[in-house]
Amino acid sequence: MMRKGDFKLRNFHEARWSEPIIFELSRKGERGIIVPEVEKEIEELVGDGVSVLPEHMIRRDPPRLPEISQVRVLRHYLRLSQETLGATLNIDIGQGTCTMKYNPIINDLLANSPKVTELHPLQDVDTIQGALEIMYKLDLFLRELSGFSRFTFQPGGGSHAIFTIISIIHKYHELRGEGEKRDEIITTLLSHPSNAAAPAVKGYRVISLYPNESGLVDVEALEKAVSERTAGFIVTNPEDTGIFNPRIKEFTKIVHGVGGLCAYDQANANGLLGIIRAVDCGFDLGFFNLHKTFSSPHGCGGPAVGAVGVTDRLVDFLPIPIVEYNGEKYYLNYDLSHSIGKVREFYGVFPVILRAYSWIMSLGAEGIREVARVAVLNNNYVMKRILSEVKCASISFPKTKQRIEQVRYSFEKLREDTGITSEDVIRRMADFGFHLWTSHHPWIIPEPFTIEPTESYSKDDLDKYLETLKRVVEEAYETPEKLKNAPHNCPIHKIRPEFLEDPERWAITWRAYLKKREKWE
Amino acid sequence: MLNERSKRKCAHPYIPNSSPYIQKEMLREIGVESMDQLYSSIPDELKFKGVLNLPDPLQSEADLKRHVEGILSKNRECDDYVSFLGGGCWQHYVPAICDEINRRSEFLTAYAGEPWEDHGRWQALFEYQSLVAELVEMDVVNVPTYSWGQAAATSIRMACRITKRDEVLISDTISPERLAIIRNYCEPVVKILLVKHDPETGMMDLDDLNSKISEETAAVYFENPSYLGPIETHGAEISDALHRFDALIVVGVDPISLGVIVPPSRYDADIVCGELQPLGIHMNFGGGLAGFIATPDEEKFVMEYPSRLFGITKTIVDGEYGFGDVAFERTSFERREKAKEFVGTAAALWGITAGVYLSLMGPYGMQMLGKTIMQRSQYAMKLLSEIPGVVAPRFKAPHFKEFVVDFNGTSLSVDEINRNLLSYNIFGGIDLTDKFPELGASALYCVTELHTKESLDRLAHALKKIIEGGIAK
Repeated sequence: MMRKGDFKLRNFHEARWSEPIIFELSRKGERGIIVPEVEKEIEELVGDGVSVLPEHMIRRDPPRLPEISQVRVLRHYLRLSQETLGATLNIDIGQGTCTMKYNPIINDLLANSPKVTELHPLQDVDTIQGALEIMYKLDLFLRELSGFSRFTFQPGGGSHAIFTIISIIHKYHELRGEGEKRDEIITTLLSHPSNAAAPAVKGYRVISLYPNESGLVDVEALEKAVSERTAGFIVTNPEDTGIFNPRIKEFTKIVHGVGGLCAYDQANANGLLGIIRAVDCGFDLGFFNLHKTFSSPHGCGGPAVGAVGVTDRLVDFLPIPIVEYNGEKYYLNYDLSHSIGKVREFYGVFPVILRAYSWIMSLGAEGIREVARVAVLNNNYVMKRILSEVKCASISFPKTKQRIEQVRYSFEKLREDTGITSEDVIRRMADFGFHLWTSHHPWIIPEPFTIEPTESYSKDDLDKYLETLKRVVEEAYETPEKLKNAPHNCPIHKIRPEFLEDPERWAITWRAYLKKREKWE
Repeated sequence: MLNERSKRKCAHPYIPNSSPYIQKEMLREIGVESMDQLYSSIPDELKFKGVLNLPDPLQSEADLKRHVEGILSKNRECDDYVSFLGGGCWQHYVPAICDEINRRSEFLTAYAGEPWEDHGRWQALFEYQSLVAELVEMDVVNVPTYSWGQAAATSIRMACRITKRDEVLISDTISPERLAIIRNYCEPVVKILLVKHDPETGMMDLDDLNSKISEETAAVYFENPSYLGPIETHGAEISDALHRFDALIVVGVDPISLGVIVPPSRYDADIVCGELQPLGIHMNFGGGLAGFIATPDEEKFVMEYPSRLFGITKTIVDGEYGFGDVAFERTSFERREKAKEFVGTAAALWGITAGVYLSLMGPYGMQMLGKTIMQRSQYAMKLLSEIPGVVAPRFKAPHFKEFVVDFNGTSLSVDEINRNLLSYNIFGGIDLTDKFPELGASALYCVTELHTKESLDRLAHALKKIIEGGIAK
């Protein structure tokens, strides 16, 4: 175990390959892979295949893709992978709100089985019994953890789950003849941005409730906001600050009182698994992110699953199909009377569903609770050390001491003392192989940074991260230019953002860049 | 000693700090007595006091593997069969390097790193955008969304915002699943009208289209090839008709067809979308889907994307490429309900994979692939047409990899045929009977580069026997 004083800053440098853009690797005549050609008999019978098209539909000039040998393509992407700080290589506690945890390799191995990868969703139901069994059983597990009656795995991410929830709320009121009257969705400013954005897509007016001095929304604020126009209330709890709203049951009661539905954004349920359940707080529906809380890897931003759960009276509104079991056989049920239809083709990202199933099977009831408890322990340990040892950092809403699984901090004092911002600190942390993140917008906490140390990190890991953060903050006072010009040890240096905001010069593809690059000079 | 120690509560391998020794030390450092104290902000009445009804854990990895593999062994995968299933998820060859790259821990477990520390992720996604851009000949492509269905739905909403209109025409040959996604995504903001198809050719009925276009029309959306297989050859006429009303043309494509078929930009499409799964991504029971959207590089289009758009830029060091978000303030991360729709975790890893695939295939690989698929599907159609009572394709039009097989001349339903095919280790095509009742007993067959002559002959042989047997009954 590490003792204080043992700590040495890591002498780190990430890979820097200076790889060209893939198009610059093109050499005329090189080939990456050969496509199977047709048998002679087929060619004799049908000719070249393409001539059935009218001339104006034939692409005579092939697409201008690069021509590269196989080994060079492989080397290129391997190098790019080395220039990516994947969570598994990292002590990834600095990506608050995102629940970066260990993604067990055994689950990848299972997900890569041909029994998963080579399955077509529309195969005869007798040939997909294994896949349906896993979906059905994971649904049962999630019901236990939430109290809901049924889950769908169709949404392809957390924001997609929120949109699905809003669609269900919309359909629910429409069916009761109140679709037009109920045109408002209430959320809180510190709930995830998509809690506000997705309802707007569905045509709702969005009301965002602001936190009080303690970081909580006042019950009175909600009482003022609700009316016969309220369609629903969607909230993250604890919010991104890590503060749990203890009066949440009063909130759901008030919304129910005016006829609205209540939805729980549990994208990150990591501190509360087995501790509280959504239905006991009065929620009608909600979701878990299987790629966050339930350990499936983030994949650079998907593929993912936002598993939406609902109470009894909303089961008929779920997207179709849902998986059923008749005691002998699993099957797909398309017969839901008020279904919103579909939000994604087929049934969801099965490899992610499988990983979540396997993860729960490895933990059991006690293990799941241990996940939550250790996530909270780790968070409180990190908070304690930051508050006592990093003097220029503070927690948001310092009146409220208790935090669940993450904390939004502030470097306001650091900036006042030195002019160094949280973004400068973040860039310098990368020089030691650590990621740190600010916060969602709007930045009502000045110079924010958000840390979520999940259950996956040891005390040693947390200590290493914290010692590095402390050194970086010391540098801010002693050699601030080191932070201003950071990063120094990354694949590239500080980027120049001005090209990305200017329609005359932005280039979202290589072909656009080639047309616009003279405007860059 | 060893026994004594193993009986004690041991740390779970995924949870280092589940060791009671470490917990004690950390609690001391925090200054609390127990783990429960850390939850004191949660009222007691909300706390769950029951026992979670979950199975006993399989803590040993060996037991866990045996258990999960036991369940998975009840699946029969397409490798064991000859499959003719497509319809939005297709069995194409996945080059080994695609898996090698997307299974790298660095890519598999990365998430939201910054442009300098995650440079490789940003470059790989910029390159994917650039490679798909060459396929569709458009200058802007997004970081992928959930699926083609979502890409189409968002393309339609973008078209509505650009034209400031809220009525959209959709070809009735669209995939029923995608139509359901679009309907839910547009309801109640956008009105959808379906445009009929010509029952002979399966292509859009241009008279019906013209009768439905008006000053209210934001856009038309159709798929090429359509869900039912025919390649729409009147793209230019459709564009003309829409553009006369200052409406937009939105086309969904299967990108794997674009080595031999002209991209929609050549018939003046304004927005192109489609499915990336054919490009080096396994079917994964439908989990391999990822949608892309492409447009011209004009501000009026770019500023309407909800997705992240990775752009190339300079760094403070001369000659160094960097990447970053283009016009980030469009997104819900920045502007919440005032944003363009919403953005979040979707399908980035499949975008990187599609980039790897296109890098390997190159211009001539895509061309060869398109040719071989068309030859094989034409061979299959010829062979099936020779079976008494079977018509393939149902529509008189050029096709790419999918086509409708009409079994109305036989005495069997598609369901009966498909059940019988299972005993030949064949997955027959998708049964269209319920979704397209006007087609009667018809099925959507998909043929790719993986179907050898032998496997196609096997299908024809099996169908012949089944149908002959059926008629004899």
